[in-house]
Amino acid sequence: MHLILFIVFAGLCLAGAINLLLQSHPINSALSLVVVMSSLAVLYLLLGAEFLAIAQIIVYAGAIMVLFTFVVMLLNAGREERTLGSRAGKIIGFPAVAVFLGVMATVILKAHGLGSASLSDPITRTDDLSQVLFTELLLPFEVTSVLILIAILGAVALARAGSGDHPTNKDPFAGTPGGESRVSK
Amino acid sequence: MIPISWYLLLSAALFCLGVVGFLIKRNLITVFMSIELMLNGVNLSFVAFAHQWHLVKGQIFVFFVMVVAAAEAAVGLAIIIAVFRARSTLAVDRIDLMKL
Repeated sequence: MHLILFIVFAGLCLAGAINLLLQSHPINSALSLVVVMSSLAVLYLLLGAEFLAIAQIIVYAGAIMVLFTFVVMLLNAGREERTLGSRAGKIIGFPAVAVFLGVMATVILKAHGLGSASLSDPITRTDDLSQVLFTELLLPFEVTSVLILIAILGAVALARAGSGDHPTNKDPFAGTPGGESRVSK
Repeated sequence: MIPISWYLLLSAALFCLGVVGFLIKRNLITVFMSIELMLNGVNLSFVAFAHQWHLVKGQIFVFFVMVVAAAEAAVGLAIIIAVFRARSTLAVDRIDLMKL
């Protein structure tokens, strides 16, 4: 049962990742990334991480990918042009990736003491997770809330109309009288 | 019974596919998606090792990686919108103002 589930969802995961590379339209790439993330959630569940599986679906496959598809549609991103890309990427990049994958596979396959996973293993319950998160790791948890706040402020400041505009573009919202007078004072 | 090493191999493969996507894709948004793919590959190996040694902290680290990825996606997509507004293109070959 575990073997079948692993093979099916690992296959879906790899197929989605390869499809992401092969598709030329960004919206198709985004949808195949949703497939990758959802099948990764099932793999987390197989490894006994129930909270992370649900968080993966809600945060990654839900929120982040909705943001991606929203931006793709907002910017009306078309089919990407097939250019050759940088020569350095071809000459140095691909052999480096192949060597990295080969080294990782060798290390993983030769490692001793790696166990195995089965469906009868105890799962990590959410209260175990939260007990460590809210006692021992409380400070990092609070710091991430500050990080999220800064990210929100940064996103609003960057995407606000008028910032980053080309100087020739006349933005209807740029010259509101309130903003002007506040600057002049 | 699945050896943990299979999960680790899958995670290495996902990471390498993300790197290849980063190298070959010419669209700014798709390059960004490849980075998300790399983050997911690393997350899978964290969860696999957390299962291997019965440690909860590995899973909590994945939780923090998700938080950082969400913040990164919000800021990165805002930057992409600002770049598109200024240059009217998403092709990384045309966004070369700082290139020598």
